[in-house]
Amino acid sequence: MKLVFPNPGLDDRIPSHEDLDRMEKEGAGDRPKWDNKTQYILTCVGFCIGIGNVWRFPYLCQSHGGGAFLIPYLLLLVLEGMPLLLLEFAIGQRLRKGSVGVWRAINPYLTGIGIASMLVSLLVGLYYNTLIAWILWYLFNSFQDPLPWTQCPLNDNGTGFVPECQRSSTVDYYFYRVTLNSSASIDDSGGIHWPIVLCLLAAWTVMCVCYIRGIGTSGKAVYVTAILPYIVLAIFLIRGLTLKGSLSGIKFLFTTDVDELINPKTWLDAGAQVFYAFSLAWGGLISFSSYNPVHNNCVQDAVILTVITGFTSIYAATVTYSIIGFRATEKYDNCIRDNIVTLLNAFDLPEDNITTSNYEQALNHLNSSYPDTVLGLDIKTCDMQTLLSEGVEGTGLAFIVFTEAIIKMPGSPVWSVLFFVMLLCLGISTLFGNIEGVVVPLKDLKLLPQKWPQEALTGVTCAVAFIICLLFAQHSGLYWVTLFDNFAGSVPLLTIGLFEMIAVVYIYGIDRFNEDLEFMVGYKPNIFWQVTWRFISPLIVLVILVFYLVTQTQEELTYSVWDPKSEEFPSLTSVPYPSWINAVVFLLAGVPSLAVPVYALCRLVCVYCKKK
Amino acid sequence: MLGQIFVLLCLSSAWAQQLCMPEASDGYKVRLSINTALGDQAYVWNENEMFLFRATLAFAMRSYSGGQDYNVSNIVVCAETPRVSFWFVVTAPLNSSRLIDRSDVEEAVRKSRNRINSAFLLTDRSLEFIGIPPILTAPVTPDTPQWLIVFGVVMGAVGAGIVVLLVTSVVEKKRKKNKKSGDEDIEEEPREKTEGNGFARDGVYNMSFSDDDPVTQM
Repeated sequence: MKLVFPNPGLDDRIPSHEDLDRMEKEGAGDRPKWDNKTQYILTCVGFCIGIGNVWRFPYLCQSHGGGAFLIPYLLLLVLEGMPLLLLEFAIGQRLRKGSVGVWRAINPYLTGIGIASMLVSLLVGLYYNTLIAWILWYLFNSFQDPLPWTQCPLNDNGTGFVPECQRSSTVDYYFYRVTLNSSASIDDSGGIHWPIVLCLLAAWTVMCVCYIRGIGTSGKAVYVTAILPYIVLAIFLIRGLTLKGSLSGIKFLFTTDVDELINPKTWLDAGAQVFYAFSLAWGGLISFSSYNPVHNNCVQDAVILTVITGFTSIYAATVTYSIIGFRATEKYDNCIRDNIVTLLNAFDLPEDNITTSNYEQALNHLNSSYPDTVLGLDIKTCDMQTLLSEGVEGTGLAFIVFTEAIIKMPGSPVWSVLFFVMLLCLGISTLFGNIEGVVVPLKDLKLLPQKWPQEALTGVTCAVAFIICLLFAQHSGLYWVTLFDNFAGSVPLLTIGLFEMIAVVYIYGIDRFNEDLEFMVGYKPNIFWQVTWRFISPLIVLVILVFYLVTQTQEELTYSVWDPKSEEFPSLTSVPYPSWINAVVFLLAGVPSLAVPVYALCRLVCVYCKKK
Repeated sequence: MLGQIFVLLCLSSAWAQQLCMPEASDGYKVRLSINTALGDQAYVWNENEMFLFRATLAFAMRSYSGGQDYNVSNIVVCAETPRVSFWFVVTAPLNSSRLIDRSDVEEAVRKSRNRINSAFLLTDRSLEFIGIPPILTAPVTPDTPQWLIVFGVVMGAVGAGIVVLLVTSVVEKKRKKNKKSGDEDIEEEPREKTEGNGFARDGVYNMSFSDDDPVTQM
């Protein structure tokens, strides 16, 4: 397929193969280098495996037909994720620049892709580190027995518990009131919540110290942050399997519903999840690969990373659902027990009369003999399925469901510390890639002085980011985080990914790219890569992007609030966004996506003006 | 004579029983959940246990009222159910037809709640006085919140780390600068050899020491 756009001057902008060999022999100048291959692989693994593997994938898996979801997920992992991954690895390794440098070298009009990647990395990094701050808060509070979210605080007279806590639950109250002090809407900013400010400070300082010398320090840190989560997951798996009810959770996760495969939403969610799971289009992977030796086998790396990501997703999902199963079983047993006590008390029956085994019969018998009394007792319906599907996604999973499960386990503080350390490591290792995707383009775009040492660059970036993050320390911070999560990290990434593939395949030239790979690894990539790069992957990304845009523009923008005054309390109430949110959404999603055409246009205008 | 005393006793107990009835205005309902609380070690509720209950309640009334002579006979019990729940009322020590006020009984029970519970090896939840809520204990809050201590430790460690890293990189840079100025004369010759085909470089990279700290050169 000879479809290549004319690209004059490409050879002047990029080092030739001879130059690359020479740079390799001489020692590659002042560019940072990986100490060894393990560091590189661990950094990429850490970048790809993030908190989303724990709290997004298991939910998608279970809600889209359990075991059946693995089929679209693994298929798209190989057809969509792996080709794009190899593309980013190879182009970084070949052109030996960060994301802005690479696209500028391919064609100066494409610098917009690099700028878009930087903007997305920045916006996502801001809210991601806020999640880290919340995790740090819970971690700091886990060093006490009993854990602070075990009990409701007492009200002023000391006669009962605080009503907000009484009506919802201790974990809900602790998250929404004590941790965040949420207001009832995104309009109501309500001032700054200082514990969160301190945690944000801690989060950004930890990031700063880990990345202070660039990959020199972060490369050492990943030995801990990339490996520790696997160990903790193993510990939780063993502990989880010994708890009552964990197997029902795992069974619930993998219950296959083949009908879900016909539902297009399943395939869309799988495709989107693969895209975000690989942290593609953030620019970090390109940067990391540019520090590799020229003849590093990036094809092998891409395959290894894909296998690890797939395995980790399933592994984390199993662990998560074993704990969810335990919690659901506990709540179910408590529900039944409470109902039994209510019945015994109302009818003054001896204690052994109704047990868990004959509960159903006893209830039916009493209901038929004394229907009015039973009605007045307010017997709760205990349903395992509802309990298993409760709040199992996102922040709800980590801060509400898991914390509740942990207080029911013996030795809670230990489990709490382990769990939040794991989430912390998962988050920090992803943020390394993030901060790489922000600092290196800033340097390439000359927005930060070239002369500054890496320490100053990291320090300034972290300080500025901390100040912007104070937005999330407000009482409405939770809603801002959700807003950023929905809009900054969805459509722009898909757009950038699409542009990346078009740029490499049709502007850089797939033939030239194949030659580069042959030069770097010794063999030309086989027919699988050719077909996926040219047609399959761009098509899949385009379809997902179009569907996303269509569904987003059709829906009314709503969000869920924690409002004690609403009728649906303690469930979250769904409220429409205020109108000024549209401007914010445009800033978050529109600006990065439009950066590519807008920059190209501006450059065209500038060049035209200069000619005149 | 004996007959009269007998009749009197019957009458008084009947009268006492009339004082005690379910939903009595000055009475309280008590509910025990012995099996749930004690499991295997549960004891059977019988007359003796009931006697103990009346005795402990009399004790509670005595401690509250500051020594008035309450006796087991002043605690009247009725409406026992197999759940193990019953109603009781307290009569005045001197006048067995007068009932002690609800609020006084409540205070007395509140004051000695712990003693009553431990007499039966039960807790506030398993020995319930319907209408007398248990005294809730607030969670213990130390003066400095625990999390601030951990926060301080972490920030201290991180701050120390930053200082150490900055200092070592400044020291490294100084050392490199000194070595570079020392080696520049020696490097004149090999420079000609390595300069290749016009690929413009800022300066020859000194191979005599390896760059193990990838700090961006000035």
